[in-house]
Amino acid sequence: MSLPSFMFFVCGVFAVTGAILLIWAKEPIHSALALVLVMMSLAVLYLLLGAPFIAAVQIIVYAGAIMVLFVFVIMLLNAGAEEHTDFSRLAKYVGWPLAIILIFWASHWLWRSPAAAAAGSGGLIAGPDSTRNLSIQLFRQYLFPFEATSILILIAILGALFLARKEE
Amino acid sequence: MSVVPISYYLVLSAVLFGLGVVAFVIKRNIITVFMSIELMLNAVNLAFVAFARAHNQLDGLVFVFFVIVVAAAEAAVGLAIVIMLVQNRQPLSVERMNHLKL
Repeated sequence: MSLPSFMFFVCGVFAVTGAILLIWAKEPIHSALALVLVMMSLAVLYLLLGAPFIAAVQIIVYAGAIMVLFVFVIMLLNAGAEEHTDFSRLAKYVGWPLAIILIFWASHWLWRSPAAAAAGSGGLIAGPDSTRNLSIQLFRQYLFPFEATSILILIAILGALFLARKEE
Repeated sequence: MSVVPISYYLVLSAVLFGLGVVAFVIKRNIITVFMSIELMLNAVNLAFVAFARAHNQLDGLVFVFFVIVVAAAEAAVGLAIVIMLVQNRQPLSVERMNHLKL
């Protein structure tokens, strides 16, 4: 087994284990740490797919910024173990079979899809100029959506400040 | 050239998305529900990168970038709403948030 496929299986097992731990954990902080495990394994998978910039953004923004925000709020609110009621047991018994059906159906569809069979030669993405090509694409063809996201971030900051302020 | 076939990544992405859906349905704490949304977004990002690699198109990577930005904005606003709920003495369990129910 070559190194990329070994890394794929190790990181895939880590990602699925982290997702199951997120469901299994009772404390929110344990779920947050499991999600960090998923994000780190996904970053390695992005590196394997030849997208180093996306891998770096995944670690810095997702595992760094967003998850620190989650952990900070969990610590701030002192969120304890979650409680279970009748409705959540109903969700557990109905939700698991439906989700397993969803997983198998989506996997089957993706496995059979002709898009998956297209094996990329990866000159544009996996080459040494991957990040350069991505930035050219981002700042030329997608310049307007890029600027729109900056406005979106600004509005999100204002909204978060407005929502979380102390009532006078 | 990647040794691992693209369909492996797609199946892993589908499994992660399904587990995210399960977490979204099962978890009762609103912070954990937000985290399962992030898990689903991550699974979709993996599918985007895999398709971008399969078709040798950079648009998939640009979309991943935008998805990450929108997820950051969503997490900031969502957690601000959670803090506002706690300031108003509301419980964090999603089952107790039934003020809009008839």
